[in-house]
Amino acid sequence: MTAMTAQAATLDDVKARGELNCVVTTGVAGFAAPDENGRWEGFDVDFCRAVAAAVLGDAEKVKFIPTTGKTRFTVLNSGEGDILFRNTTETLSRDADLKLTFLPVNYYDGQGFLIRKELGVNSAKELDGASICIQTGTTTELNLADFFRVNNISYEPVAIETNEEGIANYSANRCDVYTTDASGLASTRAALEDPSAHIILPEIISKEPLAGAVRQGDEQWADIGKWVVNALIAAEEAGVTQANVAELAAAAGDNPDINRLLGTEGNMGEMLGLDAQWAVRAISAVGNYGESFNRHIGPDTPIGLERGLNAQWKDGGILYAAPIR
Amino acid sequence: MNEVAIAQPPQRNLVSRLWNDKETRSVIIQVIAFAAIFAFFFAMVRNAIINLEAIGKDLSLGFLWQPASYDISQSLIDYNSRDTHFRAMIVGILNTLLVAVCGIILSTIVGFLLGVFRLSKNFLINRLAYVYIEYVRNVPVLLHILLVHGLIVHSLPLPKNAVNVSDTAFLTNRGFFMPKPSMEPLFWGVIILFMLGIAFTFWFRKYAKQVQDATGKHYPVFWICLGAIVGVPLLAFLVLGMPLTWDIPELSGFNFKGGMVIRPEFIALWLALSLYTAAFIGEIVRAGITAVNWGQSEASYALGLSRSRTLSLVVIPQAMRIIVPPLTSQYLNITKNSSLAIAIGYMDIVATIGGISLNQTGREMECMTIVLLLYLTFSLLISAFMNWYNKRIKLVER
Amino acid sequence: MNETTQQYKPGEHPDLPPPRNLVGPVAWVRDHLLSSPTNIVLTFLCVWFLIKVIPPVLDWAFLDAVFTGEDRNACRAQGDGACWAFISERFKLFTYGFYPESEHWRVNLAFILLIAALVPILYDKTPFRKYGLYFSAAYPFIAGYLLLGGDFLFLSLTPVPTTQFGGFMLTLVVGITGIAFSLPIGILLALGRQSKLPIIKVFCVAFIEFIRGVPLITLLFVASTMLSYFLPPGSNFDLLLRVLIMVTLFASGYMAEVIRGGLQAIPKGQTEAADAMGLKYWQSMRLIVLPQALKISIPGIVNTFIGLYKDTTLVIIIGLLDPLGIGRASLSDTKWTGLSNEVYLFVAIFFFLSCFFMSRYSLYLEKKLETGHKR
Repeated sequence: MTAMTAQAATLDDVKARGELNCVVTTGVAGFAAPDENGRWEGFDVDFCRAVAAAVLGDAEKVKFIPTTGKTRFTVLNSGEGDILFRNTTETLSRDADLKLTFLPVNYYDGQGFLIRKELGVNSAKELDGASICIQTGTTTELNLADFFRVNNISYEPVAIETNEEGIANYSANRCDVYTTDASGLASTRAALEDPSAHIILPEIISKEPLAGAVRQGDEQWADIGKWVVNALIAAEEAGVTQANVAELAAAAGDNPDINRLLGTEGNMGEMLGLDAQWAVRAISAVGNYGESFNRHIGPDTPIGLERGLNAQWKDGGILYAAPIR
Repeated sequence: MNEVAIAQPPQRNLVSRLWNDKETRSVIIQVIAFAAIFAFFFAMVRNAIINLEAIGKDLSLGFLWQPASYDISQSLIDYNSRDTHFRAMIVGILNTLLVAVCGIILSTIVGFLLGVFRLSKNFLINRLAYVYIEYVRNVPVLLHILLVHGLIVHSLPLPKNAVNVSDTAFLTNRGFFMPKPSMEPLFWGVIILFMLGIAFTFWFRKYAKQVQDATGKHYPVFWICLGAIVGVPLLAFLVLGMPLTWDIPELSGFNFKGGMVIRPEFIALWLALSLYTAAFIGEIVRAGITAVNWGQSEASYALGLSRSRTLSLVVIPQAMRIIVPPLTSQYLNITKNSSLAIAIGYMDIVATIGGISLNQTGREMECMTIVLLLYLTFSLLISAFMNWYNKRIKLVER
Repeated sequence: MNETTQQYKPGEHPDLPPPRNLVGPVAWVRDHLLSSPTNIVLTFLCVWFLIKVIPPVLDWAFLDAVFTGEDRNACRAQGDGACWAFISERFKLFTYGFYPESEHWRVNLAFILLIAALVPILYDKTPFRKYGLYFSAAYPFIAGYLLLGGDFLFLSLTPVPTTQFGGFMLTLVVGITGIAFSLPIGILLALGRQSKLPIIKVFCVAFIEFIRGVPLITLLFVASTMLSYFLPPGSNFDLLLRVLIMVTLFASGYMAEVIRGGLQAIPKGQTEAADAMGLKYWQSMRLIVLPQALKISIPGIVNTFIGLYKDTTLVIIIGLLDPLGIGRASLSDTKWTGLSNEVYLFVAIFFFLSCFFMSRYSLYLEKKLETGHKR
């Protein structure tokens, strides 16, 4: 529920509570999933922690609210969650009709297909008659329906409520094909018994800019979310890392970009309603964008995603943080 | 206290006088209750209006006529992704009804068998039925559904190695593929004969009873009716030169094409619900049969009725009176439990209008209200039917 | 037997043993397994079935099973059977959910207190039973405080948000809250339905029929997606609390019908006699009608409890992590995917044990309360 009074002051609410309520998924390896000790880990989780670090000064002061595709927006809209990082595609109808405000994109994704190598399929257009496992409550099933309709081929959708169940069905051979965002496909493939027996088809049938979101109507809170994401991206661009952030923030250096980011120059934090050290805390909690990426989903992890579109704009990607000035 | 009250009535104040009057007290209590309930609902509606206004949402069913944009794999009517949410909802309703009706039939059969097994003198079958019933009743139905689904999906072969039933039907983990009949015009004759057979059965049973009441003459009602309903149409079917063509499924590419298919999700849900509910029905049947006084059977034997006629004319009709009311709630349970379809991806009401449509349109209020109303309607219809049946077989008391 | 050797007077002949073929194992087998052609067929079918099913299941679950290992591949390397290493590694998660490790003692203490609270209710020869019952009545609140934490009078525990509840602990929290609160609400609804006051009666009937007419999961969806619209602006309450309320209301609808059955079985003479004694409505209900009605309804009440307890698994559909939910979340860990049978079986055993205990207890209670009035 989005009462004006509650909404206008999410920042105050969070500070008063001393804890950030962050909406995440029930479990997607690499993005957000609990480990053996029940501690949430992942790329999306890092953004939650970064926001908590910037706002509350402690990256551990986060309460994670696991949600299904169905409940995620309601949980946010009802005020139960303060901010959402749950591999959610930014779309017009979600922005306008579901009354969300999206943060900058933190992962550029697209829908792809995972299939067994032995079937000898090389293109999605050869999938006539295939059984396809999808997770419901996402844009995936709409893209799928459109793609097959446009190409005039038939398929059998097997709609599953959660990601885990979808994978279980695929690995049990209930489906020939598993489809979801390409990032999810990589982590799914990594989790299968014999990853090399499966391939990801070259077609990407949709654009899926995954972004965090907050409730519509609280500009200040939306700004904080927006600039924490931007700060992590900008930190990578400027070469600020978890290791050197303390040193760089100790005194103003030669690079005015870094100085503004780390609060040694100007009053950026104050403009957001935070203090000068906001970005320093966020970066020292989770590292910059690239570090978090490499730690959870990068090439050296079981997920093994390449940076691709998600490289900095200078490196051929489309990651382009608005300047902090 | 009463003495005091009687001795000094004028000193009691108005409130306590009203309170101690039975009539007025009941009126007061009811007015208070009504006001409380009304205030509660008023507050809820008011909150809803304020909240919806705050986020700028309106309530309207207009979305039902928008294209649904998603595909559904199991559908009894034609449906594609350009059809409306409304049509998707109809598909969901039909799927729910399908699994409920099939589940009711199978669970009744298995349940009666289990009930009889539990009364059997055969030690092994009796114990097996007991173990089965105890296991099934003490484990959540959701787990059963997931387990059965897992078993079907894991243990049945892929389309390539399908279990082949004489080249016409195929069993795979993508579903059970069967030939699909399509009717030629002459087939209508068979259908009409079948209908007539049913009508004849109704008439003949009444007639046979009248004759038996008047003369004591007994007709083999069952066999004559079976002949009328099944035999005559079958004969006509053969005489008319079998006016049906079969569309036989064929393996092409990933899957079988053509024919009819029953999806594993349906089979899993149907089996799990039926086998779960059958355990409860088994206990109900056992209780019903044991509740019929043994003297009834003895008296019936004394009159010279055979064992099977004792069962069908004396024991079962009396047991039914005890069995039917709890059986009704089991049938209701099957219908309601079919909503767990969502866990394995069978597209019922909750998965279509209450699931994907809700997600894609973000209209929680409208969708959930529709779902609740639909289930209420089903429940009321089933209870109404079973109440009618119960009344029919009720003991006429004097 | 030679009749001429010994003569007995009428009535003094000693009892002879029954004919050899009517007693002993052979007769038992003949009587219980092979008494008729149908029975012979059934017996052989059963034996065949048992031979087909039991050895493979035993092999999978015990003989070929692997009990220790780092991950799935380690399991597979050691044997083809079940990989119980998965369950043992995640056992804490299955039990406590995400409850902070340092605070686990609170859950354990709450569980021990639960047993202490159950004893006086379940066993009527407990010493000091009366005081024990006061404790039992207070238990839900004590346990609630223990689990949630916070400051209360001089006590201070670290607050634990309900989103960290999970596993068997969550099942017990939902199940026991539902059981503890649905009985009184159910009794009130049943009395309301029998009431002579039309408005109260209509309201109770409408409520009961609504609850019994819709599936629990739709009510849970309502709780998770719609309910927040009906609350005052700015207020907001916990998902677990919403679920608890829904589960309790759901169970009370069924409870009300069970108890109504019991109430209807009490002859009208009982209330009339109570009226004649000058007892007021609540007195006659409390002292005369309800004790009898509840006794009759015990099997139904326990069945409702069992149903409610099993229904707690549905909370996974709205994203709460009960054992089944924990299992499914754990299956998405790359180390352990594909071990769903182990998870389902493990959870099934847990539910079987608790529900079986409840149903046995109800049989015991029925027998104990049997006062010989059965006609």
